[in-house]
Amino acid sequence: MSVRRLAAQQPETFEFTPENKAWAEKQIAKYPAGKQASAIIPLFWQAQKQHDGWLPEPAIRYVATMLGMDYIRALEVATFYTMFNLSPMGEHYVQLCGTTPCWLRGADDLKEACRKHIGPEGQVSADGKFSWLEVECLGACANAPMVQINDYYFEDLDAARLEKIIADLRSGKTVDPGPQTGRRSSEPAGKLTSLTEPVTPVSFARESDDA
Amino acid sequence: MLEDKDRIFTNLYGLDGWELKSAQRRGDWDSTAAIIGKGRDWIIDEMKKSGLRGRGGAGFPTGLKWSFMPKESDGRPHYLVVNADESEPGTCKDREILRHDPQKLIEGCLIASFAMNAHVAYIYVRGEFIREREVLQAAVDEAYAAGLLGKNAAGSGWDFDLYVHHGAGAYICGEETALLESLEGKKGMPRLKPPFPANCGLYGAPTTVNNVESIAVAPTILRRGATWFAGLGRPNNTGTKIFSISGHVNNPCNVEEEMGIPLRELIDRHAGGVRGGWDNLLAVIPGGSSVPLLPKQICDDVLMDFDSLKAVQSGLGTAAVIVMDKSTDVIKAIARLSAFYKHESCGQCTPCREGTGWMWRVMERLVSGEAAVEEIDMLLDVTKRVEGHTICALGDAAAWPIQGLIRHFRGTIEERIADKRGVQVAAE
Repeated sequence: MSVRRLAAQQPETFEFTPENKAWAEKQIAKYPAGKQASAIIPLFWQAQKQHDGWLPEPAIRYVATMLGMDYIRALEVATFYTMFNLSPMGEHYVQLCGTTPCWLRGADDLKEACRKHIGPEGQVSADGKFSWLEVECLGACANAPMVQINDYYFEDLDAARLEKIIADLRSGKTVDPGPQTGRRSSEPAGKLTSLTEPVTPVSFARESDDA
Repeated sequence: MLEDKDRIFTNLYGLDGWELKSAQRRGDWDSTAAIIGKGRDWIIDEMKKSGLRGRGGAGFPTGLKWSFMPKESDGRPHYLVVNADESEPGTCKDREILRHDPQKLIEGCLIASFAMNAHVAYIYVRGEFIREREVLQAAVDEAYAAGLLGKNAAGSGWDFDLYVHHGAGAYICGEETALLESLEGKKGMPRLKPPFPANCGLYGAPTTVNNVESIAVAPTILRRGATWFAGLGRPNNTGTKIFSISGHVNNPCNVEEEMGIPLRELIDRHAGGVRGGWDNLLAVIPGGSSVPLLPKQICDDVLMDFDSLKAVQSGLGTAAVIVMDKSTDVIKAIARLSAFYKHESCGQCTPCREGTGWMWRVMERLVSGEAAVEEIDMLLDVTKRVEGHTICALGDAAAWPIQGLIRHFRGTIEERIADKRGVQVAAE
């Protein structure tokens, strides 16, 4: 378990933009009548996106009211799920996978690069542009080590490649997400060992034997 | 070795498009209505005959699981929920299905839902898979636009709605009842069983939760026939499987192979071999972080399937192969997993909430060697007191890697403690 608390400094109010409000209504419609609480994670996520990457206390109340939930139930959800940031974040939030598959392939070097070029873990950098945190397995282990920066995965990293990405983001350049070594995705580097033949679909052969 | 003609995931690497048109060219959505026309019993029977065992880790027979759903509705709706909360360290296969072959999953959802009398299904995607979720949603939208979902889905006569849902960073939500809690808008804390989801699942209604890969292979199995699938692999361990190979190999990758492939062949053929050669191998975690590791001498000839790995006191799990060469501090590698389980424990059951932290702290002491030799057995004893004493299997999953470490590397741990003692004595 991780202990997660709300930030001391909070904005006065929170309200969805009209676009986000309409989006939220559509989300709620995915679930049966009376089960609108199901939409809480997507709604919190959208609120966090609208609020510079973190979920303030008034937004938790706002979403609870919108879904007809007790405030305490909404607060439980906000503090339980680690993707809800409860305090201000840098413009580029680097989540660095440190779990064993990434650790085996050099996640410690990436941590060092973050310390050097961003600052202490869990703090917003002086220029407000970055914050970073070691997180648990992000599920891209065949492309380890890797980080997630906001919505994007950056894979097949080493310290130099991550440093360049951080520098480029800092100077406002665009960066290409995905594997940084030229791989398409999680195929073996170099020569393919499978899926080299053209695909020949096999049809359903038993349409007629409906006995 | 599996031939390309027997591979189900023909776009595993995204070398072709994920769009509906490309997927149909690869054979998806071919005769879906005819398959559904064969009826519920035929579909479930074929799935049983295929021998498919759940691809999410536990390996429970999929057809049998489907058959647990009530035959007739008692007025409550039935639900299919697809577990795309892929978070087991080492595992990165479902991500490729979601972003490169989503129509396989969507078609599987329709067929499985029909077989279980469900008109609605939810796919619960892990929160961090943001781009993957976007592709999946776009694929669902395409399927709706093409009439493959919605009223009379794919011309089958079955009305079917499919929704994409997502989490927000909690490993525990991969546990099926925690996933249901989360989908209902609560903290992801596992439920006591019974009642089982097939009787009382999502919103208190009959529900089946299946892994992405289990659902995505169903259409191909039904199209090509149970006999084809059962002819691959070994008895009770049939078919093909996506293996995720990570760690100290030359070319880490995902690859679909036949069940029962020798571990060494899998690594040598597809991952370019162990870094520094096979003799440089120290150990392998063969099925995701939760299963006990295997030292090299077992890896030399073990087969990659449920029963073979169980026989060597490990497991196939999610078939995520984490390779460690001789440069690895194996105690630290397992201690990092202990930190993972401590972080991901939901806090509901005392043995797990307290035990995962306790085990991690002792593991850290074993890493530095600042421990007494007796603590090894004490730690082993504590793992046994956590294992089997919690609502869900997270407690077990935290215990097993440590048990594996002590089983195979007790000497290494003792050596480190002795070395540390030696250093201290020398300094005094």
